[in-house]
Amino acid sequence: MSTSDKTKGFPLPSSLQVIPGTERAQAAYPYYMQFTKDDDERFWFYNSMHFPEPMYVFDTITAEAAYVALGASNTRVQSLPTTLGIDCRIINGRFYIGGNGVTDPAEIARRTKEFEQRAFYYYANWERLFAQWKEKMMKLIRDAQALPKPTLPEFEPLENVHAGRGIASNHYILDTYQKTLEGYFRMWHHHFEFLLLGYGAYLTFFNFCKKAFPEISDQTIARMVAGMEAEIFRPDDELRRLAKRAMELGVDGEFREGASPDDILKAIGNRGAAGKAWLEDLALSRDPWFNINVGDGFYHYHRSWNDDLSMPFAALPGYIANLKAGKTLERPTQKLLEERKQLIADYRELLETDEERAAYDQMIHLTHRVFPYVEGHKFYCEHWYTNLFFNKIREFGELLSQHGFFPKADDAFHLTHYELKAALVDLMMSWANGSPPRGIAMWPAIVKERQAAIDEWAKHNTPPALGPVPDIIDDPSIVMLWGITRENLNKWLEADAEPNSNEIKGFAASRGVVEGVARVVQSVEEIDRLRQGDILVCRVTNPSWAPIFQKISAAVSDIGGSMSHAAIVARAFGLPAVVGTGTATHRIKDGQRIRVDGGRGVVTILS
Amino acid sequence: MNSTDIIGWFAHVGLADRPTVGGKGGSLGELTRASIPVPPGFVVRTAAFELFLGALEREDAIRPKVEALGSEQLSEITALSAQLRARVESAPLPEDVRAEITAAHAELCGAAPNEPLAVRSSATTEDAADASFAGLQDTQLWVMGPEATLQYVRSCWASLYSVPSIAYRRKHAMPESGVAMAVVVQRMVDARSAGVMFTRSPLTGDRSVITIEGAWGLGSAVVSGEVTPDRFVVAKITGEISVREISDKHIRHVPSEGGGVTEVETPAEIRQAPCLSDEELDALREIGRKVERHYGRPQDIEWAIDRSGTILLLQSRPETVWSSKERAPVAKPADNPLSHVMNIFGGRR
Repeated sequence: MSTSDKTKGFPLPSSLQVIPGTERAQAAYPYYMQFTKDDDERFWFYNSMHFPEPMYVFDTITAEAAYVALGASNTRVQSLPTTLGIDCRIINGRFYIGGNGVTDPAEIARRTKEFEQRAFYYYANWERLFAQWKEKMMKLIRDAQALPKPTLPEFEPLENVHAGRGIASNHYILDTYQKTLEGYFRMWHHHFEFLLLGYGAYLTFFNFCKKAFPEISDQTIARMVAGMEAEIFRPDDELRRLAKRAMELGVDGEFREGASPDDILKAIGNRGAAGKAWLEDLALSRDPWFNINVGDGFYHYHRSWNDDLSMPFAALPGYIANLKAGKTLERPTQKLLEERKQLIADYRELLETDEERAAYDQMIHLTHRVFPYVEGHKFYCEHWYTNLFFNKIREFGELLSQHGFFPKADDAFHLTHYELKAALVDLMMSWANGSPPRGIAMWPAIVKERQAAIDEWAKHNTPPALGPVPDIIDDPSIVMLWGITRENLNKWLEADAEPNSNEIKGFAASRGVVEGVARVVQSVEEIDRLRQGDILVCRVTNPSWAPIFQKISAAVSDIGGSMSHAAIVARAFGLPAVVGTGTATHRIKDGQRIRVDGGRGVVTILS
Repeated sequence: MNSTDIIGWFAHVGLADRPTVGGKGGSLGELTRASIPVPPGFVVRTAAFELFLGALEREDAIRPKVEALGSEQLSEITALSAQLRARVESAPLPEDVRAEITAAHAELCGAAPNEPLAVRSSATTEDAADASFAGLQDTQLWVMGPEATLQYVRSCWASLYSVPSIAYRRKHAMPESGVAMAVVVQRMVDARSAGVMFTRSPLTGDRSVITIEGAWGLGSAVVSGEVTPDRFVVAKITGEISVREISDKHIRHVPSEGGGVTEVETPAEIRQAPCLSDEELDALREIGRKVERHYGRPQDIEWAIDRSGTILLLQSRPETVWSSKERAPVAKPADNPLSHVMNIFGGRR
């Protein structure tokens, strides 16, 4: 990415101040993520799509592991011709990232040769490699599930001694911790094994459509491509199934709006055989489909449905009410597939020549082959595996908190993964030596200070981008994964220039026009503030929020493209949605009346 | 409904009959045959004009006088135009022409002889010239009764001898013997809303969208540009409405009491309201698709919606601007289908 017009741009990284009083918390982030003066030369954007909230220092491991794997795939494994990996920096808890483009034509040519031997092999053997991927991924999940819960008994269990194991329990604290981290880094390699190639094939078709049909909507292209059976739809499908089962078994009356999951489970438990049958069905759904978390899997506190049944149980009464009103709940997958086929045929007919039709056929064919991975991987990676990972770390937190390192298990996430390892070694020594751990005198104050910093940072907005604006953005990974285009950046700059305009523009994600009360939801904990008919305004939504879409009348997000899950779910529910506005959560105040025009991609503040 | 050499009912004519019924008449016949709703009517064929002109020529020459002029002789053209138009508009019609038109009028209007009609010229020139001719001929709206109809048929014929029409023909040295005009006589639509529709984007040439423009009242306000119409862009296949520009439609055209059309102010409460509902946009889209399929190419269409909500087409003609443009193919098939991905991964080229 070359740069120009430095007068018109975003603030320089060096102009961003660490919020006073949080300097030590800022310093806790790894040195390789801190901004330095050299970074002023480059363009950075706030990765609020993946990290919309201030980062706990431990949680930065997700960015680290993801960019290690993404960069390896781009730079070394597939050899993408025009881009290397992603650099990341953090300030005030906010992640900024920057692409690393390749512009020298000779170098692009050299990388292209490599790419053709690598990526083309993947495309040609996609089905076999993807089947193999699923096996690898399931093995990784089973390995993670098999890791023991870390415990330190007062005396080494007798059977270990008699078996002559020769290695004491404290060693397995370190062993399990290292395997936990290792598994997480490995998972992210799996995650990126196919992702860029999958998006690339999709974007190839997407760009063809935009060129052949300049006014086609993103959502129409998405509909031509979307599969119906992807794993990410399953959790919501399971809820629909459970609602239906509750009706069949006659236990639907127990699902009262506002009742806690525990109370509902207890009441159903008291319903004899019917209650037992429903609970068995619930157990079937939970493993594995409730391993979906209420975020994108990037924060330790985005708990899974299994860990916190509030989200699925908040949705069940709505589904039951719909069934009672005579609505059918099943997604009509066969019908949707027929519609997809028809849509593809109809657009094909509109092309001007048979030559174009032949190229169209080639591109849509490849897109359909790769798309199951694009849609399906999230359930295994960002949800299932990530839940296992954070819950395992939570077990270490529990152990440390029992030994007085800090008050709560979750306080462990205020330590970097290096610091956590140090604390565990401290604990291992203390258990071995019979002396108190040294960390108990140190960590409680640090944890408190870092929590205060997170709370403080959450009150401050951060610029959507930093540094000089690039002439164009042709880094395929940035365009594909973040939907950042030059056009988008201009919108962000304009929004900065005229903050008083009542209009906010974004991607037209799902058509329809709705007026209503805006509920600005800054983080997932605030989801329960949504009332029937509210318009959801958030930084980013994700698949597990799907069940609340039955409650809202429209959705607006700061980040996301037409293939973001917010957009897909909004279309499935027939709700207007505008995504990728950049600034909606800053500019819309909670409780304001707004109009969402999902067909045009415009949000208007009415009061 | 008997069609003759003089009268052609819509159901009996099509595009192939253009030489005798003109472009507009042929198109309305074609649409009728394709079961696309148009206001019922008939065409007064060119033979009627020829008979009429033949009678006039016998009294005093017409065509030779026109052909004697050069396109730069504007004052001579102006003088001749006034003279010829006066003759065409006042001379009596040959009896058989008069009788046939009167009978067709009676059949079209049935029990209501004052049923309002539109009398529209329908030129026989070819596509390209037709486009340049558009607007040079006459359309008279809200014509009531057989006498008025006969009068406006003659006005349409007379419009062939307007100054711009003659000047145009002289400039292109067109022989007068090939100049003839058919006239469409059809039931008037008491339009609640009316406008135009393009089955490809006039801005980008995109064939996957339909652009619809419309305003309150009769379509003449939109076609003449006297009102800024509402503008909608609808995806041809999916019906998504991607553009919805609602304008301030300060005036509208409505029928006047004694016949003809008058411009009135739009009531305040509907000035800034959309002139079409989403359901109507969708119905227009369906019709646009059907017409395009029938003709096998993108179309420019004039439409109206009557007070009962029925959609009727007043005109459909092939789109010419984008269709005649040379365009490089968006992509060609590749020997290795995988190589298409280099458009993404290969960087700018």
